[in-house]
Amino acid sequence: MAPNESDDSTTAGEADDLRAGRRKAARYVVPVAVVGVAAATIGLVPALADSGDPDLPKISAQQLIDKIAKSDVQQMSGTVKITTDLGLPNLGGLESSLMSGAGKSGDGSSADPTSKLTELATGTHTLRVAADGQDRQKLSLLENAAEYSIVHNGKDVWGYDSQSNEVYHSTAPDGAAKQQKEDVPATPKDLTKDALKSVDDTTSVTVEGTAQVAGRDAYRLVIKPKQSGSTVGQITVAVDSKTGLPLKFTLTPSSGGAAVIDAGFTQVSFARPSASTFNFTPPKGAKVTEDKQAEHGLKGSEKSWKGEQGGKSEKGDKTGGSDENAAKGLDGLNVIGKGWNSIATFDTGGQGVPSGSKAGGDFGGFLDSLGDKVTGKFGSGTVFKTRLINALITDNGKVYVGAVSKGALVKAANAG
Amino acid sequence: MSQAEAIRSPRLLWTFGLLRSELLTTFRRWRTLALLAVLAGVPILVGIAVKIETSGGSSVGGGRDGGGGGPAFISQITNNGLFLVFTALAATLPFFLPMAIGVIAGDAIAGEANSGTLRYLLVAPAGRTRLLLTKYATVMAFCLVATLVVAVSALTVGALLFPLGDLTTISGTQISFTEGLGRALLIALIVAVSLIGVAALGLFVSTLTGSGIAAMATTVGLLITVQILDQIPQLHAIQPYFFSHYWLSFADLMRDPVYWDDLVKNLEIQALYAAVFGSAAWARFTTKDITA
Repeated sequence: MAPNESDDSTTAGEADDLRAGRRKAARYVVPVAVVGVAAATIGLVPALADSGDPDLPKISAQQLIDKIAKSDVQQMSGTVKITTDLGLPNLGGLESSLMSGAGKSGDGSSADPTSKLTELATGTHTLRVAADGQDRQKLSLLENAAEYSIVHNGKDVWGYDSQSNEVYHSTAPDGAAKQQKEDVPATPKDLTKDALKSVDDTTSVTVEGTAQVAGRDAYRLVIKPKQSGSTVGQITVAVDSKTGLPLKFTLTPSSGGAAVIDAGFTQVSFARPSASTFNFTPPKGAKVTEDKQAEHGLKGSEKSWKGEQGGKSEKGDKTGGSDENAAKGLDGLNVIGKGWNSIATFDTGGQGVPSGSKAGGDFGGFLDSLGDKVTGKFGSGTVFKTRLINALITDNGKVYVGAVSKGALVKAANAG
Repeated sequence: MSQAEAIRSPRLLWTFGLLRSELLTTFRRWRTLALLAVLAGVPILVGIAVKIETSGGSSVGGGRDGGGGGPAFISQITNNGLFLVFTALAATLPFFLPMAIGVIAGDAIAGEANSGTLRYLLVAPAGRTRLLLTKYATVMAFCLVATLVVAVSALTVGALLFPLGDLTTISGTQISFTEGLGRALLIALIVAVSLIGVAALGLFVSTLTGSGIAAMATTVGLLITVQILDQIPQLHAIQPYFFSHYWLSFADLMRDPVYWDDLVKNLEIQALYAAVFGSAAWARFTTKDITA
């Protein structure tokens, strides 16, 4: 521009106007530039932060599994982000109110752990975990302007729902308290434990490179079903290279797309959490629901089973191993096949799902829209699909459920 | 300011003089005082409503036990009056506070143009950039004052109607009343800062038109539109860039330990809106022809 400047100035007034106009327009460059810089930052920073995978010594899959098993992290705290996308219709608030309503019919407290944690079954949630040894743990579910916490400190297990200001309390022997904690498969560690339970000869386990999770170097353990027909594509676990603690758990369906379950630490620290973290005194005026020890044995077990049905159904069926666990709880439930392709089946003895024409009206149409009609040697039935679990309900009342494709379900029904 | 300093920096003194006169005109206006009175009334209403509802011994939201209806923290008010501060801020932040800011910010330039006083302001050797900065500073001062009015009114009502004392964070841990007061002050500041984005937007709109009413209506309209769009699930991809998206993150200050992620995002968004619309307002105001 500069060399031409003198030429321009000879054409007097008109050029001045033009320049003034340009100077005016130039000012608008500032806000546009700010937007540009911001957009570039938003786009580039995650890419830059993802600066390559760390260099770690080679390790075999077996060694890594041993490392996980031996991992003995007693003191830690961190933030976990968990996203579940089962492909269920998004019911939003309706679903959570249904869930808490269902939980409340039990003993009327919204601070009851089982009623609260079923919410984890859909959507994205942020959890905070803290642990100091076997006797002191805390798990908090961060909600909008509210929080739900379970605190285990020695003999006491507290549940506190800050939104309704309700407290749930049970005094449990250490074993039972631990059991309760295990009912909540929210951290990558719990999820990994369940996934590894199902590792057998139908599974391939490999170590595929490294990753950085929550600022820590980690190995990537990949668990894949060998057979085809499973809806589980693969499970990736990022294992902390130093402590052996699973930091991130991702389950991708074989149909591709976003992960069905993605739970990972966004921040983790292995320092001892401050003791006050585990101190809990019910706030003044809070409604406290006591879960009596005597009842706890019976009611608690029933409840934890219910919790499994609600909150863990996606997880329970994901692994062949827990399918069999669940099988013990239900009479007349059979498991066909093994490993990842196992299908649970039971006879409801009823008529199955009324088809749209039979039920008629809007309700029938609604049912039909949820499922696909299939026919085979077994007769006809309806397949209900999610991204992970499919269920076939035949018209004569038999139910086949598994983390397998529609074809595999029909095949099982034909054979049975 | 000492005499020597004043001589050395007459421009600075000028700026302060301009700012002081702007602040005085803004806060002496009847409509400003009326807005502040409305804001102070919200916590009084909430406090009295909670007091009446719980006077029979029932908990807040009696029928829907565990429902947790109403603004955040409302179920804790009866146990600790300090929670009225948080509830009042949560109740006013989505609408009352930004609406008040929209009125003040929209009026800042367009109102002067409307009443024909803008050219007299520019006749004084202040410069357009400095006038704009002064206007923005005044609007931000109003953000702070408005938030503090809500907080102080809520604290007073809370102390009169309900007991005070140690409080339980939403994570279930106990903190002392002094620390609670500290957090309340911090929350009030965060809420004031949350309004910076709307203030910048309002100021930009204000430079676009010569009608004060039009600028106010546009700003408040934009505010309502964004709030509605923020509720539509299908738009979740762009929602994090709405200025109001992280507003309620101030409640994260009541967690123990504090959860900073969303708070930081909120501050970043506000800074971004201030930068974009502040510079756009500057580009517009310094180049436009002032005819009124």
